[in-house]
Amino acid sequence: MIRPTYAVFEHQLVAYRRTWRGSVLSSFLLPVLFLLAMGFTVGGYVDRAGGLSVRYVDFIAPGLLASTALQIAVGESTWPVYSGFKWHRMYHAMQATPVRVTDMVRGHIGYVLLRVGLSAAGFLVVMGLFGTLHSAWAPAALPVAVLVGLATAAPVFAYSASISTEGLFAVLLRVAVIPMTLFAGVFFPVGSLPLWARILAYVSPLWHGVELSRAATLGTATAWGVWAHLGYLAVWSVVGYLLATHRFRRRLAD
Amino acid sequence: MSVAEPLIAAHGLVKRFGDFTAVAGIDLEVRAGEAFGFLGPNGAGKSSTMRMIGCVSPPTGGTLRVLGMDPVRAGSAIRARLGVCPQQDSLDPELTVRENLIVYARYFGIPRKVARQRADELIEFVQLTERADDTVEPLSGGMKRRLTIARALVNEPAIVLLDEPTTGLDPQARHLVWERLFQLKQRGVTLVLTTHYMDEAEQLCDRLVVMDGGKIVAEGSPRQLIERYSTREVVELRFAEAALDTYVGKLEGIGERLELLPDRILLYAADGDLAVAAVADRALRPSSVLVRRSGLEDVFLHLTGRTLVD
Repeated sequence: MIRPTYAVFEHQLVAYRRTWRGSVLSSFLLPVLFLLAMGFTVGGYVDRAGGLSVRYVDFIAPGLLASTALQIAVGESTWPVYSGFKWHRMYHAMQATPVRVTDMVRGHIGYVLLRVGLSAAGFLVVMGLFGTLHSAWAPAALPVAVLVGLATAAPVFAYSASISTEGLFAVLLRVAVIPMTLFAGVFFPVGSLPLWARILAYVSPLWHGVELSRAATLGTATAWGVWAHLGYLAVWSVVGYLLATHRFRRRLAD
Repeated sequence: MSVAEPLIAAHGLVKRFGDFTAVAGIDLEVRAGEAFGFLGPNGAGKSSTMRMIGCVSPPTGGTLRVLGMDPVRAGSAIRARLGVCPQQDSLDPELTVRENLIVYARYFGIPRKVARQRADELIEFVQLTERADDTVEPLSGGMKRRLTIARALVNEPAIVLLDEPTTGLDPQARHLVWERLFQLKQRGVTLVLTTHYMDEAEQLCDRLVVMDGGKIVAEGSPRQLIERYSTREVVELRFAEAALDTYVGKLEGIGERLELLPDRILLYAADGDLAVAAVADRALRPSSVLVRRSGLEDVFLHLTGRTLVD
């Protein structure tokens, strides 16, 4: 039954209608500024050194696209979910209605993916304007970004439903999000990392998203093959979703 | 479900959290059109019982039927026909009053057009018309409570569950809430509420159970309970001269019963004035004397030996 799931999604949309202006800065302008600053300024030095086979801006643009998807997915899956249990008690309100836990998780994650998709679409257009799209597969970077969003939002939903103090969000950022952003191949190829760091990059969902995203916009091959990366992201998504529904159930019980 | 079948029926209902027993085997029935109350201090097991009835917390033992269905197996179908006003607010503070109602109506699968129409009616019913398009955040506690009550009505429920509907409200806001609830009762809506306010129970409930330590210690209409467990009048005596307990022996024999509280002594008597005269005959000089009618507070004191609100 789709209806209650859609009602949960709709609730988020009603709220987004009031707050979308504020979110444009963080979910669109900031990543674009990053692309310009890193791609063209730092890129100038990198291209002169000649370490990459493509322009530096072309290299990092698809990486930034995937990491933007990660940032938005994490941002929308931390405080809003935590608040739904602890402050606004949105999930408790839903619990008293025919809405089930699976509806809550699906409907809310659905909204997070919409946010990821909107930002990714905007970012892709900017990438196009700056001439960083070099393949007919470029539009495929959009669903890839959404998949990165799902693979990270789902486990973060589980995390946010489990913690009882907001201080633990700082741990999530320091231990997972920031290292991933820095070392999962967004800004430089992971091949230049020592083996142990490379393994961490391979474990992270972001690296797989970056590989796919880069393959789409540059038309290059991926490290492990498209299906392996897609499958790995699917595993994070499914396991994350199952964990999330489990943690939601636990949190709302008694 | 036949007409005679109660809307809520519990037999030997138990709720345990680990080693702690919140509800220790209670029996109760609520019939259509009734205003039924759970009265008791914090921790008596009222909210745990309400959560079981609301199908959000499965019973640990005993049987429970709500609207003729099993809350564990048919939770979603039962919840579709319940209206719940929880103890803690769960409104979306970023949405407007109207949006909160519409969004909530959608959880019940109510079409958007009907939801909008009902939102308007309910906003008027709870007297929030002027604030309909304001966000909820800055509203007063009383307004939020009224909105929560309106929200509980959005699916035209068969039973409305209210968990301490006026706790934390100032007297004026409480009266406004009571007035609305009384109107619902007049319309024949079945109300089930918990409270630790005696006046609330007396005003709103046709029938109530007194809970203490997870058990039901008495059941009846407010009037029946007062008749059964208390006297018609009560004399409240305060003494300034010596410790209160030294007066207990001196007052013996006056009225039917005596309760010693930290700040005063209560004498239970059919005729308060006669009791006051008897106190004066014994040359005792209380610093203050108050004769009042017996209420549920006295019932509770008698049944549990404790006052309700400390």
